[in-house]
Amino acid sequence: MKRIYVNEKWCLGCHLCEYYCAFANSGKDSMVKALKNVTINPRIRIEEHGGISFAVSCRHCEEPICTKSCITGALTVNDGVIQIDKDKCVGCYTCILTCPYGAIVPSDTGAIQKCELCINNSSGKPACVAGCPNKAIVFEEKE
Amino acid sequence: MLKEGQVRIPSGCAISGIISKSGKKINGERIVKSIATMHDRSNGLGGGFAGYGIYPQYKDLYAFHVFYDGNSAREECERFLDRHFDIINLSKIPVRPSSKITAEPLIWRYFVNPLPTKLTDSHLDEKEFVSRSVIRINSQIDGAYVFSCGKNMGVFKAVGYPEDVGDYFRLEEYDGYAWTAHGRYPTNTPGWWGGAHPFAMLDYSIVHNGEISSYDANRRDIEMYGYKCTLQTDTEVITYIIDYLLRKQKLSLKDAASVIAAPFWSTIENQPKAQREKLTYLRSAFPGLLITGPFSIILGFEGGLMALNDRLKLRSMVIGEKDDMVYMASEECAIRIIEPELDKLWSPRGGEPVIVTLDSMKSSK
Amino acid sequence: MAIDFLYPEYEIKRDRDKCICCRVCERQCANEAHWYDPELQMMMCDSAKCVNCHRCVALCPTRALKIVKTDHTFKENANWTGEHIAEIYRQAGTGGVLLSSMGNPKKYPIYWDKMLINASQVTNPPIDPLREPMETKVFLGAKPGKVEFNSKGEIKNNLPPQLKLEVPIMFSAMSYGSISYNAHESLARAARELGTFYNTGEGGLHEDFYKYGANTIVQVASGRFGVHKDYLNAGAAIEIKMGQGAKPGIGGHLPGIKVREDISRTRMIPEGSDAISPAPHHDIYSIEDLRQLVYSLKEASDYKKPVIVKIAAVHNVAAIASGIARGGADIIAIDGYRGGTGAAPTRIRDNVGIPIELALAAVDQRLREEGIRNNVSIVVGGSIRSSADVVKAIALGADAVYIATSALMALGCHLCRSCQKGNCNWGIATQRPELVRRLNPDIGYKRLVNLVTAWNHEIKEIMGGMGINSIESLRGNRLMLRGIGLTEKELSILGIKHAGE
Repeated sequence: MKRIYVNEKWCLGCHLCEYYCAFANSGKDSMVKALKNVTINPRIRIEEHGGISFAVSCRHCEEPICTKSCITGALTVNDGVIQIDKDKCVGCYTCILTCPYGAIVPSDTGAIQKCELCINNSSGKPACVAGCPNKAIVFEEKE
Repeated sequence: MLKEGQVRIPSGCAISGIISKSGKKINGERIVKSIATMHDRSNGLGGGFAGYGIYPQYKDLYAFHVFYDGNSAREECERFLDRHFDIINLSKIPVRPSSKITAEPLIWRYFVNPLPTKLTDSHLDEKEFVSRSVIRINSQIDGAYVFSCGKNMGVFKAVGYPEDVGDYFRLEEYDGYAWTAHGRYPTNTPGWWGGAHPFAMLDYSIVHNGEISSYDANRRDIEMYGYKCTLQTDTEVITYIIDYLLRKQKLSLKDAASVIAAPFWSTIENQPKAQREKLTYLRSAFPGLLITGPFSIILGFEGGLMALNDRLKLRSMVIGEKDDMVYMASEECAIRIIEPELDKLWSPRGGEPVIVTLDSMKSSK
Repeated sequence: MAIDFLYPEYEIKRDRDKCICCRVCERQCANEAHWYDPELQMMMCDSAKCVNCHRCVALCPTRALKIVKTDHTFKENANWTGEHIAEIYRQAGTGGVLLSSMGNPKKYPIYWDKMLINASQVTNPPIDPLREPMETKVFLGAKPGKVEFNSKGEIKNNLPPQLKLEVPIMFSAMSYGSISYNAHESLARAARELGTFYNTGEGGLHEDFYKYGANTIVQVASGRFGVHKDYLNAGAAIEIKMGQGAKPGIGGHLPGIKVREDISRTRMIPEGSDAISPAPHHDIYSIEDLRQLVYSLKEASDYKKPVIVKIAAVHNVAAIASGIARGGADIIAIDGYRGGTGAAPTRIRDNVGIPIELALAAVDQRLREEGIRNNVSIVVGGSIRSSADVVKAIALGADAVYIATSALMALGCHLCRSCQKGNCNWGIATQRPELVRRLNPDIGYKRLVNLVTAWNHEIKEIMGGMGINSIESLRGNRLMLRGIGLTEKELSILGIKHAGE
C-alpha cells in the first residue's frame, strides 16, 4: 500500500505541508479564503528541535492501536487507510492517548481528526506531498 | 550573377557507370545511350563522362584536359607546364561543333610527365607533385582550368544535356574498360563548364547525385590537408576526401567508405569486437570527413568503380550484373536500355559500398 | 552615516489581502528580509536585505509576494547612472574592491542572437529525428593524423585517449566550496545518467564522489587545492585551469566563511581560511612551462586520460590556443566573458575578456589555417543559454559545450548574483548545512537530466531540419549560419555570410 513517508534529511522546516493540509481539509476553494486570519489545525505537524525537523502524520499502521481503542467504532481501516466517521466519534480522545506517534488530534468540532491521505477532500491525493518543496514527504509503496 | 566557385549551387542529377571486369573495351556510345535515357533528371546545364583505359598508347603519362577562357590563359598555363613537366604530346581535344553546345572554351589535352629534376627538388612523390601542380594552375592561373589529370583515363564535360556533350566530344571514338556519366540539374545557375561532372583528381573521378548537408564541415576539414575547394561543389570536396583517404592515408576502398558513409553508432555497437573497434576507430579518427545528407556517387579509379550511397539512402541507385559486366545507375531504365537481360539487379543499402575491380587487378594482388 | 544610505534597488511587494501569515517567507530567507510582527499580526519585510533570489516568491502558497524594481531614482543622467553613483558611495564607505558573482550582466552584443540557422528546402530533404537515427554522440580528444598499419596490413589503433559524450554538452567547472555538496552530487549523478561529464572545479573531489569518476573531469588550478595522485587518477580527464571567463587574469576566490570542515578536508587547507588561488600557476610563466605541466599530468596518469587546458577568451586567444594545441593538450576549453563565477571583482567581471562566439570562431579558423585543428578538440562555455546556442557553437567549430549557469538554474538558481555571500537560499552556492539541505539531489539531478535531454531533443530537431544526421557534420559547418545585423568585420571574424547572401 502507498503510504506517506518522511525524510528528515530533506525537511526544511518550512511548515508548508501544514498549510496545504489545512487548506485541503477546509472545504474552501482558495487558500486565502480558507486560511486568512485563521490559526490552522492541520493533520500533519512539523516537529523540530536543534536544526532537525520532520513532518508527522498518521502512519496508517498495519495493526493500529487507535481502532482497537475506539469505543464507538468510529475509527476503521478501509483498504489500509484508517478513517474516522465523525458522526460516530463521541470525542473521548482515547485514540489520541493511544497513538504512539501523536498523529491524532482534536478537531475544531469536538470529534477527532487525522490524516486520511486526502482521499475524501478536494485534493484527492496527499496535499502535503504535492506541496513539499524538497521531496521530504513522499507518497509511495515501500518494502 | 555569381558563377560556380564564387557561390555554392545546389543541384540534382543522374549518374551511370559501366565496367567490364575482364577488361573488355566498351565503346563510349554505350554510356551515352545509358545516361540519355535519364534525360529528365538533368536540365541541360551540365553533362559529362569519365573513361578508363581510353589512352592505351600513352598509358604511362598523365593526361591533362584543360579548359581555357582564351589564348593568354593557355600561354600562361603552357609556360607553367613547360617549367614543371615534360610534354610528350599536346593538341586540341577533337570536338563536333553543335548548336546545342555553346559558349565553348578552348579545350586542350596534354600528355605529360613531371620533369625529373623538378620532382626531385620538390621532395614530393610523383602523384603529390602532379596534384599540387594542378591545384596551383586551377587556383592561380586565371582562365585556365585542368579538369582531368589521371593516367590512361580522361574526363569529358560541358554545359548541355549529357547526350549532346557525348556527341560533342565524339565519345564513339573512345574505347575503355570502364565509363561513368553524369547529367546535371543545378537549381539556379547559368552553368559553367568546370562545374559539370565528373570531377577528377589524378585517376580518381567522381560523379555524384545529391546535395550534402555536411559540405562546409567537410570542406573546412579537407582544406587543412593542402586541398583548395575552388568550385564549392560537393563533387569536388568528395573527390578530395577520397584522394586523401585512399592515397594519403592508404585506406582501403571499403574503409574509406566506412569513414565517408560511417555506420550509425548503434550499428557499430552490434558488430563483432574486431569490426566494432575498427569502425569506432575510423569514425572517431576522421569525424570531419563523414558526409551526411543525400548522395549517390560513382567513384572511378585505376582498375575499377565504386558505388556508394549516403547512410540513409536518400538518393536512388541500382546495380545490374550481366556476365563480366557491372552497371550502376540512378534508375533501372538506364541499365535496361543497354542491357535488357540482366543476371542480377539490386539496390545497395545506404552506406554499403559496391566495389568492382578488374579481374587482372585481383590476380596481381 | 547617512551619506552611505542607498535605497534598495528592488522592493518586496506583499499583497496583504492574500498573505495568510504562514511565515514560509520568513523561514526560507537566509537574509532575514521577512519577519512576523505579533503585535500587528502582520508579515513585515526589509527590502534592503533582499537579494532578489525569489525563494520567498516561489514558496509563497498564496502568491502574495513579488519583487519589483524600485521606481526610486537619482536625477536622470545618461552618463552618471544610478549604478555608478551607488558604487562610488559603497567604495567611498568601505575602501574595498567591489565583488560580484555569476556572469557579466552588461549590455554588450550577444552574437548568438545575431546568427540564424539554415534548414533544407527541396534540393535536400530535412530528416525527421522521430523516424530516422540522429546522432549527437561526440568523441573529444586528439585525432591520430596518420593511420598506421601493422605487419598484416591491419589498421593499428593509434587513437589517443578520448572522452565519449552521448550529448555534446558537459557541466563545466564549479568547485566544491563555491557550490554545495548537494549541488555536486546532483551534477555527478546527472552526468552519469546522461553519459557526459561534470567537472570538479579547483576545489578537489569529495571522497563520496570518487564513485562517479568515470563521468568526472578533475581540475588542477593555480591554487592546486585538493590535488594529489589519487585525485588525478580519479576522473576520466584532467583539466588545467589557466583562466576563467568571468575573471581572466586572476585566480579563484573562495571566502573563508564557505571553508567549513568538509571543504577544508577536500581542499587540504585550514578551516575558515580564504582560498585565494594565485593569478598565474607559479610553475607556468610561459607556453613551454604549460607543456611541461601537461606532460607531468600525463605521466601521473599513465597517458590514459586526455588533458584539457582551459583558458579565458582574451584578445589574442587564437594564438594562445594554437600554442596550447602544439603544447600537448588533447582538448582546449575556452570560457567567454559571460561565464559565471562564485565570486569575482566586479570591474574585472564586467570589463575583461571577449565574447565566446568571436573567440571560438577565431580559434577554430586559426587552428585550421595551421592544419592542427584535429590535434585538439574545442569545448566552449561562457553563457550557453539554450540548445540553439549549442547548435550555433558547434556550427562555428566547437566539438562540444560546457554549461554551468544554465545547469545551476536547473537546480533552482535565480541569478541573484550574490554567491559570494554564502547565503544561497536555493542551497547551491552555500555551505550552511540548513541551506545546503534545500537542494535535494534526487530532485536536482533529475532536473539536470531533464534540461540536457530536452536540449538534445531540440538539437536533433534543428540538425534534422538542416538535413544533417550526425553532429560531426555540423561541427564547423559555418554555411549553416547566417549573420543578422552584423558588420562586415564581425561577419569576417565569425566566418559567416549575412542573411540573404
